[in-house]
Amino acid sequence: MTSRQLHLGVSLDGAGAHPGAWQLPGIAESLPDPARLVQLALTAERGLLDFVALDDSYDPPVGTSVPFRLDALLSLARVAPATSSIGLLATVTTTHTEPFHTSKNVATLDLVSGGRGAWRVAVSTTPEAAARFGRKGVQPLDELWEEAADSIEAVARLWDSWEDDAVIRDQPTGRYLDRDKVHYVDFEGRFFSVRGPSITPRPPQGQPLVAVAADDPFASAVAAGRADLIIVNAFDADSARQRREALRSDIESAGRNPDDVSILIAVNVGEDAFRSQLGAAPVATTLDLVGSANRVAEVLGEWFNAGAADGFLLQPDALPHTLDWLVDDVVPVLQQAGIFRTAQPAPTLRDRFGLATPQNRYAEVAP
Amino acid sequence: MSKPIKQIHLAAHFPGVNSTTVWSDPQSGSQTDFKSFVHLAQTAERGKFDFFFLAEGLRLREHRGKIFDLDVVGRPDSLTVLAALAAVTDRIGLAGTLNTTFNEPFELARQFATLDHLSGGRAGWNAVTSPDAFTGENFRRGGFLDFEKRYERAAEFIQTVRQLWDTWGDDPLAPNANTPFSHHGTEFEIDGNFDVPRSPQGWPVQIQAGDSDGGRELAAQYSDVIFSGHSGYSEGQAFYTDVKARLAKYGRTHEDLKIIPAAVAVVGDTDDDAKELAAYIRQQQVSPQGAIAFIEQIWGRDLSGYDADGPLPDFDPDVDGGLSITRGRVRHVKDPVTVAAKWRQIAEAKQLSIRQLVIEVTTRSAFVGSASTVATLINQYVQDDAADGYIFVPHLTPHGLDRFVDEVVPLLQERGVFRSEYEGTTLREHLDLGKAVAGSERSTLASTEA
Repeated sequence: MTSRQLHLGVSLDGAGAHPGAWQLPGIAESLPDPARLVQLALTAERGLLDFVALDDSYDPPVGTSVPFRLDALLSLARVAPATSSIGLLATVTTTHTEPFHTSKNVATLDLVSGGRGAWRVAVSTTPEAAARFGRKGVQPLDELWEEAADSIEAVARLWDSWEDDAVIRDQPTGRYLDRDKVHYVDFEGRFFSVRGPSITPRPPQGQPLVAVAADDPFASAVAAGRADLIIVNAFDADSARQRREALRSDIESAGRNPDDVSILIAVNVGEDAFRSQLGAAPVATTLDLVGSANRVAEVLGEWFNAGAADGFLLQPDALPHTLDWLVDDVVPVLQQAGIFRTAQPAPTLRDRFGLATPQNRYAEVAP
Repeated sequence: MSKPIKQIHLAAHFPGVNSTTVWSDPQSGSQTDFKSFVHLAQTAERGKFDFFFLAEGLRLREHRGKIFDLDVVGRPDSLTVLAALAAVTDRIGLAGTLNTTFNEPFELARQFATLDHLSGGRAGWNAVTSPDAFTGENFRRGGFLDFEKRYERAAEFIQTVRQLWDTWGDDPLAPNANTPFSHHGTEFEIDGNFDVPRSPQGWPVQIQAGDSDGGRELAAQYSDVIFSGHSGYSEGQAFYTDVKARLAKYGRTHEDLKIIPAAVAVVGDTDDDAKELAAYIRQQQVSPQGAIAFIEQIWGRDLSGYDADGPLPDFDPDVDGGLSITRGRVRHVKDPVTVAAKWRQIAEAKQLSIRQLVIEVTTRSAFVGSASTVATLINQYVQDDAADGYIFVPHLTPHGLDRFVDEVVPLLQERGVFRSEYEGTTLREHLDLGKAVAGSERSTLASTEA
């Protein structure tokens, strides 16, 4: 019997999580170059990680981070054909975007990656983001997450709006499509309505994974109700364990099986010998784990074994350096400890997280 | 007086959601597998085409109140597919349709600037306008736009995204590399900082396809490429002359706008063989059921009881309803009674069944012949200013362009009218277009009132 296994994702944002990273020589110039991003994803794939993540936002960057970024979902679509097994988690915000577009964008990321796509849901909180669109003012956080939940529902329905066998190519009747297997979704909510069906057939995973960072009570409620992956900030294993238990209880209250949801702790990771080159440490919003490869692997293992996490979203100090180190030095220690896979993971991201392709909500189940 | 020899521009259109695409042929592959897109894009790149193109429609078409099921239906998201194709191609341009009604400038500018970075300067945007409330049912704002305002919005949209693209200097790391933007117009009121650094092309290539007076004017003012349906010789020349003549008043030259009609090429072993093949393809494109659905659009009623191999209905169309029974596609039929009368006349004179009549009236000019004939015709049309090149729409996914690329392209290359190798790396270079606005001029454009 296989023991419970750790899930590892890695953020590929900008030059790395440490604010000093993009000041390293040669790094900032290379940021818009897709070859760099592909190389990073291939490194993560070599390390057998579950997924790479690119964040995105219409809110202006804070602090000393890089002052620009490319569209995350398109960037990961560019990575997809150049990789073969790594999962691709793209942030797409819900506040100023169209659920209809989001649905087909994520479905297509899933298509071009052969079932490796995932959507991290986020909201836009600032007046700057609102001014970039000019369609509405700033909304309070509770309302933003109510709208995000509506967006998830509309998108999930659109993904199901085509049954898997809707295309029939029936020569005798001249029909390409069985239109009884393509469905109007008729979502109507407080913020928008969407008639459907999608213009895009159902993606390979049926429902690509949905991730939510449970950063506040409103986001946490949406995460418990809707997310397959919940990303949590935490500073110590004990509070992380309590948080995970509380979330699992909320998931159950929402009528879902907590074992179908993976709770990933966001961790800033750095190699101690390299950290000193990067200048002052980042303002910590979550665990800042700096040490030798053995020490870092040991802490991740402790948290995992203590039931504080199902896995981690690793936020490396500097790219590519810290990622190379994670893959070459940290992962082997986790493998030796028997808590991380040693062979290629399952082909689709759902498989990898032990989730079956869900039944299409519109399909008639045979009696 | 000898005119300089023009270089031909070629583009490939992925077979789309319409009756041109034949799905019933045994050779027809998946319309949605990524592999199909890869094959056609790589085939076009092997043929040194200028660009590969994906169309878009944001609502499934309906006929008599139900989803239209006789043609190919469904497609993945264009931008996402193009970003993925950037990974498996090196030089070919990657262009797609995005709607100016159901998108916002900040988001679209960011997506195309991203695609341009991801592809090393190969992005192209076909701006379409669709004010219909039918499509609007899928979007937040619904069908908010008046039909008459569609080109005004498109023009302001294009101006606005250019303004955003121009807010960055060439070195994104220089101090003050980014200037804030402020746009206060009729359609858009937006302010802030654009967050994607200047992309390799500066402005991705602008494409437009409107055929009305307003559409032509919009293209003359803003577009680098205009698509048209005028693939015939004299209609092509008329369109060409008309559109090129509009450029001067915007301070643009004939070189600044390439006229690339959508076209069909049918290549056979001999001219006769190709003619036979073309007739066979037309049969495939107009199925018996498709023919009935087509005439239902004119008659405005259910004609499913009619036999496609029999005669047209002998009564006049319903004109009371006024609402098209097909929704989600553009039709320009103004007077159904007159159209029906004309069709009955043609059918009677030539002894045509419904299906034969539909084939007769929907067949457009095409390049049909041996590879040598097709190459000669295309070159003649381009040299005679019926076009600057063509965007070919194969009828089969994904192999529909293979023969053209293998047999016709080498002949055009031999004749010195089409590139044997890509000379540039960007789509602007393939199309012989000048650079987008230079850095020094940009700062003055960052703030405009439209």
